[in-house]
Formats: sequence, structure tokens, C-alpha cells
Amino acid sequence: MANIEIAAVSKSFLDPRRGADLLTLDRIDLMVEDNDFLCLLGPSGCGKSTLLNMVAGFEQPSQGSVRVGGEPVTAPGADRGMVFQQPTLMPWLTVWQNVAFHLRLKRVGRRERRATAQHFVDLVGLTGFENHYPAQLSGGMSQRVGIARALLMNPRVILMDEPFGALDEQTKMEMHGELIRIWERSRGTILFVTHGIDEALTLGTHVAVMSARPGRIREVIPVDLPRPRDITSPRFNDYKRHILSLLRPDEVSVR
Amino acid sequence: MRHYLRRFPVPLGLLAVWEAISRSGLLPAALLPAPSTVLASWADWIFATDGSSQTYSGHWLTDAMASLWRVLAGYALASLCGIAIGVGIGWSRIIETLAEPTLQMLRPIPPVSWIPLAIIWFGIADRPAIFLVFLGAFFPILMNAIHGVKICDRNLVRAGAMMGASQSQLLRHIVFPAALPSIFAGLRIGIGSAWMLTVTAEMVAVKSGLGYVLWDSYYFIRYDLVMAAMASIGLLGYLSDIGLKMLMRVVLRWQVATTVQGRTA
Repeated sequence: MANIEIAAVSKSFLDPRRGADLLTLDRIDLMVEDNDFLCLLGPSGCGKSTLLNMVAGFEQPSQGSVRVGGEPVTAPGADRGMVFQQPTLMPWLTVWQNVAFHLRLKRVGRRERRATAQHFVDLVGLTGFENHYPAQLSGGMSQRVGIARALLMNPRVILMDEPFGALDEQTKMEMHGELIRIWERSRGTILFVTHGIDEALTLGTHVAVMSARPGRIREVIPVDLPRPRDITSPRFNDYKRHILSLLRPDEVSVR
Repeated sequence: MRHYLRRFPVPLGLLAVWEAISRSGLLPAALLPAPSTVLASWADWIFATDGSSQTYSGHWLTDAMASLWRVLAGYALASLCGIAIGVGIGWSRIIETLAEPTLQMLRPIPPVSWIPLAIIWFGIADRPAIFLVFLGAFFPILMNAIHGVKICDRNLVRAGAMMGASQSQLLRHIVFPAALPSIFAGLRIGIGSAWMLTVTAEMVAVKSGLGYVLWDSYYFIRYDLVMAAMASIGLLGYLSDIGLKMLMRVVLRWQVATTVQGRTA
């Protein structure tokens, strides 16, 4: 059974200037199986974040349905762990308290919270920073906290909205390695939004390529490359060339 | 120069200039008493040293406590109501529509203009003063609480919802802590108004406290005692602000580590 089922989803927003509906997403069908790492790739404005927000439950589709684990999505919930574009940590909580926030909401006792948090703090490589406040962390470290926070909930799926977009190239590569290591260990399902072709091909078991205005899925490409992936290998470039041709169809047809 | 020593030159210099002017005889000594005279009267008011403050000799603690009690009672009430209603208005559209127009209409009315009604309603005692203190402190606390909730980052609320928070948990665990810096700003403005209004009330509607001594001494042309009362009010106001700042440093310690404030702490 598919973990995430997006069926015939359309989304339109009211454009206040023109007083008309603006179609952002046009009849999207997408399946994400258990243990898949699906990268949703597209130019900015193609509605990929909107699609992710609908899976998270922050937004509702105008038409169609979104199901996670067979259940229709109606509101945000702890079965879908989200890692945001900005880390969005609670600035008044320390690292471990941020990681264990979900348990606090469930009224779990402090000692158990602390112990569980430690496991996930260690998992994302932040051992020794448990008692730091978010403002004392670098961008990469903050995102690690965000990832640990989502993992701790043991969600059905993890949703990631360009989580490494604000990081420098080197930190980003390091985070990619870590994320793959964590994903391989926890065997979770990840839906990852990005506009980086290299990032999508480095991470995903599948890459769903989207076109803009209105957003449509052009193709879902299974990525059959050995890990760790070598972004300079010929096969990697074959995939990349194919994706580029999907993203720039006009230019290719002119040639 | 050591850091804490820098606090002294400015006030000490001002006192010296003042003392010199008083002693020069430029003005009659009764109209501009020298700091030394004020200090002597103040000392008698507090410790009953030489009887120079006459009926008030040794009575300071009682007067100060009377004022302090009114401030604390009115201020505590204002904090409780201001924070609760402010968070409510900031969080809920319904509460906002119901309560805000009325409150915003009451807000521009100066608290002192309530004095006649306060006396009619509560008589001449603690209660009109507490009522005025409440009015003075309530609105700054309210406004800042509303503001603090409204500027709470929507993404933090989203993150909370994602982790399974109910509406009341969002309010308690995210919106309220996020609003705390702003709430404290309101509390600090409020404590200033609280002292102002206690003294005003004591001049008109109460027969005890520092403000009463101040006004009474004015009738008896004891400007040294007027000044001693002013200094007492200043001192107590300053101390209550320090207390608030200390509380803030504990509650908002996550800010101290990362802001300009932390650099000077």
C-alpha cells in the first residue's frame, strides 16, 4: 500500500488584483511508497511547497484528495513530521527541549523526555549541544535540531521543505550524507521538496519533476544509482541531462 | 574606573551643585533646602534622629509600606487582567471583536480623571488608590500583551500544530512564551505608571502614604520633607524596576545569551 497518495489534486488561489482564481496546481497524481525517498523537484512558483503543505495539513486542496497511510489528511498532525525551510525552533527552549517538544505536548515526564531527546540529539550529531539555545547555533546545526525533532515523533512520513536551501554548499553536502545515513537506519518515508537538481539526484530514490504555472508533474523518475552517489559520474549526468530537458522543453526542441 | 563606580559621578555632581546653590543664599533656604537639610529631615523621618520632621518622625516605614501595598495590589491586579485579556484579544478574533472597541475607548481617558468617581465609589482609603493604580498599569500591560501575541511567528504555531498541539497547547506552549518579551516591556512601563498614580491618589483621596506626606508637607511649607518624599518615591520606583529586571533575566534567559542586553549584563 502506498504511504502517501495524492489523487487528482488541484489548488487555486484567489488573485486579489485580478479578482480571479489562479490555478497553482493542476490535477496532481503522486504515490509515495513506504521507505521511498521522493524528491519533488521544480522551479520556484511551481507549487511544490503548496503540495507539501497539503500533505502536512496546513492547506486544503481545492479538488482531489490527499491520503497518508490510507487516512485522508484534514489537519496537521504528529504522524507527519515536517522539517521547515527555516528551522522554526522555539527560541526559548534549549536544543534537547526543542527535540522533545512533542513529548512535552503528550505530558511525558521530564526524565523520560530528556533520555529520549538524547538519543535523537546523538543521532543527528549534536552531542554536547543539548543545553544550547537556538540563537547560539549555526544554520546547519539548527536544521539538525529540526530533523531530530521530526524523527522523535516516529512519524509515518517526513516532509522536508527545502531544508538545506539556506546552507552553504559544503554544509549542505555534509547534511546530505547525514540525512541519507539517518534515512537508511530508520527506513522511513521522506517527501523532500527542492529546486536543486543535484540535491534531488543525490538524495532521492525517486525524483518527481514538476513544471510551473500551473504546476503539473511531468515525470516521476526512479533513480537507480549506487550510494554514496557520485555527482560527477556519467550516469549521474545522464539523469541530470534528462531532467534538464524536462525542465526546459522548449530550448531542447529548438536545438 | 571600575564598572560599578561609573554610576556615582553624575548624581554626586548634581548634589554638589545643588548644595552650593542653596548655601550661596541665592534663594531663601526654606524654598530651596540644601541636600544636607533634606537628608537630615529624611533621616529623622525614617529613624526619628532629631525630631525635625515633627509628626512624621520615625514614621517613614509605615508611609512607604502604605504606598507600596497600594502599588503592589493595583499592579498585581492590572498584570493579571492585562495579560489574560491581552492574550485573549491577540489570540481570538471573537474576543477581539467583543472587547477591544470598549477597551480602546476607555484607554485615552487619563486615569487621574477617574479620581472623583473613585472617591464616590470607594471612599477615602486604600481602594480608590488601588483602583487608580490598576487603571494606570492595566493599559500598557494590555497593549503590549496583545502586540506580543500578534507578532508571534506563524511558523512556530505551524511547527506546534505539526507536533500535535491542541489549540490550548499552542496558546500555552508557543504563543504565550513567544509573547513574553513584549509582555515584560508592558510590565515595566506599567510599574512606572503604578507609582505615579499611587502618589497622585494619595495627594487627593487617601490620608496616608508617601504622596500624602508630600502634599501635607507642602501645606506646612516643609519643602525639605517634600523633597525627601520625592526621593523616597524615586527610590522605591527604581527598586521595583530592578526587581522586575531581575525577574526578566530569569524568565527570558534565552534572550540574555544572544542579545545586546546580554553584552552589558
